[in-house]
Amino acid sequence: MSERHPGEALRHLACPIPATEHEHVLLAHGGGGRFSQRLVEGMFLEAFDNPALARLHDGAVLDLGGARLAFSTDSYVVSPMFFPGGDIGSLAVHGTVNDLAMCGASPLALSCGFIVEEGLRMEDLWRVVRSMGSAAAAAGVPIATGDTKVVDRGKGDGLFVNTSGVGLVPKGISIDPARARPGDVVLINGPIADHGIAILSVREGLEFETAIVTDSAPLHRLVARLLDALGDDVHVLRDPTRGGVASAMNEIAKSARVGIRLDERRIPVRDEVRGACEILGFDPLYVANEGKCLAIVARERAEEALAVMCADEFGGQSAIVGEVTDGPAGQVVLRSRVGGDRVVDLLSGEQLPRIC
Amino acid sequence: MKYVDEYRGEAEAKRFLELLRRKVTRPWTLMEICGGQTHTFMKFGLDRMLPEQVTLVHGPGCPVCVTPVEMIDRAVAIARRPEVIFTSFGDMLRVPGTGDDLLRVKASGGDVRVVYSPLDAVELARKHPDRQVVFFAVGFETTAPANAMAVRVAKLSGVANFSVLCSHVLVPPAMEAILSAPGNVVQGFLAAGHVCTVMGFEEYEPIAEKYRIPIVVTGFEPLDLLEGVYRVVVALEEGRHGVENQYARTVQREGNRHAIETVHEVFEVGDRAWRGVGFIPASGYKLRPAYAAFDAVTRFDVESVRADENAECIAGLILQGRKKPPECSAFGTRCTPDHPLGAPMVSTEGACSAYFSYARARS
Repeated sequence: MSERHPGEALRHLACPIPATEHEHVLLAHGGGGRFSQRLVEGMFLEAFDNPALARLHDGAVLDLGGARLAFSTDSYVVSPMFFPGGDIGSLAVHGTVNDLAMCGASPLALSCGFIVEEGLRMEDLWRVVRSMGSAAAAAGVPIATGDTKVVDRGKGDGLFVNTSGVGLVPKGISIDPARARPGDVVLINGPIADHGIAILSVREGLEFETAIVTDSAPLHRLVARLLDALGDDVHVLRDPTRGGVASAMNEIAKSARVGIRLDERRIPVRDEVRGACEILGFDPLYVANEGKCLAIVARERAEEALAVMCADEFGGQSAIVGEVTDGPAGQVVLRSRVGGDRVVDLLSGEQLPRIC
Repeated sequence: MKYVDEYRGEAEAKRFLELLRRKVTRPWTLMEICGGQTHTFMKFGLDRMLPEQVTLVHGPGCPVCVTPVEMIDRAVAIARRPEVIFTSFGDMLRVPGTGDDLLRVKASGGDVRVVYSPLDAVELARKHPDRQVVFFAVGFETTAPANAMAVRVAKLSGVANFSVLCSHVLVPPAMEAILSAPGNVVQGFLAAGHVCTVMGFEEYEPIAEKYRIPIVVTGFEPLDLLEGVYRVVVALEEGRHGVENQYARTVQREGNRHAIETVHEVFEVGDRAWRGVGFIPASGYKLRPAYAAFDAVTRFDVESVRADENAECIAGLILQGRKKPPECSAFGTRCTPDHPLGAPMVSTEGACSAYFSYARARS
């Protein structure tokens, strides 16, 4: 056994995020912006340290003697558990199905873990479970294993759901954020920010004139059609959930060391969602989605990709929204509606509603 | 989207910019007072589209930025108390006090909640009669009517467990402080449309006269701002001063009388310290004696809390238009949104945050 350098053992004892910086975990550490990135990269990657995780994709792709298995997990802590257009159960199914799809995989099976707070109404649990069953059946992906824990009253928020999933990545497909290359085109399968605003409208008791519903949907069939049509010319797939399109684009630009240029006029946003964002002082680019897929494809196949996405049940309003450029590396730039350019950075913490 | 899209057209923007280019013959320095306007300039990339003779400097009109650090420390001290539900608009939560900010108080166990209206805080007090509900009443004249209404409603309906930490500031005294300061560079103002929606613009007329300066009341959409800049430049080029109203779809000269009456019933003008700027006489609102029972400062005995600014932060110079954020030696290095030295870097309307978010890398 080779002798380890004394500092190497110590390295793993010292937290890379100094406690003096944040003595407590903030909500922002789960918000998908710079705080989240620092937590994941500074703490989890440091402690777990392996190449599959280091790719920081929506799931890991593991080589199992020739077959490539995609493996992904996500936890759902959304409050309230029922919201316009969906609930925590269907969201959990769609979320993990989509995480697998964003690896280019065909989802095979899911697991589910329930952490239930003592006192939750049995009827509410039954509603969520039924909804999960329906969502899984509609997606054609069985929930094959699960676990239930009940915690004391006051130690949960009613119900937390974790879903994990496995899927197979077809031969010849290599979806990786690092594969974005200058000249590639960025597409999205419809209007952004619906989910975040739908949740906010019920959580905060805000009433907008038009009911805004979540976009939560399973995207694995759309992805499969895209991969069937374009094959390896699909370079990157990413679902812009927490942190929205802006964070997803920043992560890809950083991974691939490229620039990304978006055109605000081409990014679909429903009028009612834009209106709500204007009132709250939110930028829709940073608001969460649950049924959206960003696809980065070879330029010469972009129109074909758009046609495939538009033909899908969940892609009717797909659009080409930008392109990958040769720099500056890691920077996302937006051409505004009035023709000016601005940087689209990672958020520091979460978006907070403004004073006036 | 009505009232938005028609003020964001690229062709119209180009038309204003062309008109501006034809009109401008020499350098002019204009100040947009409101942080919301600063953000529109940066978010839509307008700052880089203007002719180079037009220099924009950013004013003190960000309520989050100008709230004194001692007031944040008072908020933190109150929010730490176990009997308190501390409520605030979202963007105050991240502003650093001397030590903590409200988000950290929340993470360490304080009951800190975001509300969307001060009336929500009154409602919260009704629902929790065994707790003390405090609302952080921050802002310019824009938020004063709603905050005044909340105090009035609490008094009328006997909600005694509600109070406000009052930190209101007023625009006209700040404009005068900027114009009368030695070394002032501001030659024309874009006045904050939302403030004028409430207060009108009669108060600005004597200022325009006294300092012989053009002031254009301006909205917040890109075309509003381009038109505002154009109108100030035209006035300057033609040697005119006075007040013009670009935001006529919302603003009337006499303002909103009902809102003003509500404000004056609950608040009276008092002296006020501005973060980074200093003490400005008669530049804020405080509760009138009839509503003094709703003052959180006395209720929680935090009058004595005093605090010093971070010595490295040049927020005061930024807020008075003397320096631009990139001219600060700490900008983007020792001062970032993750580790702000001062409020202009943390507020969603702060000038430093606007430069960091939208323009840092491109420069």
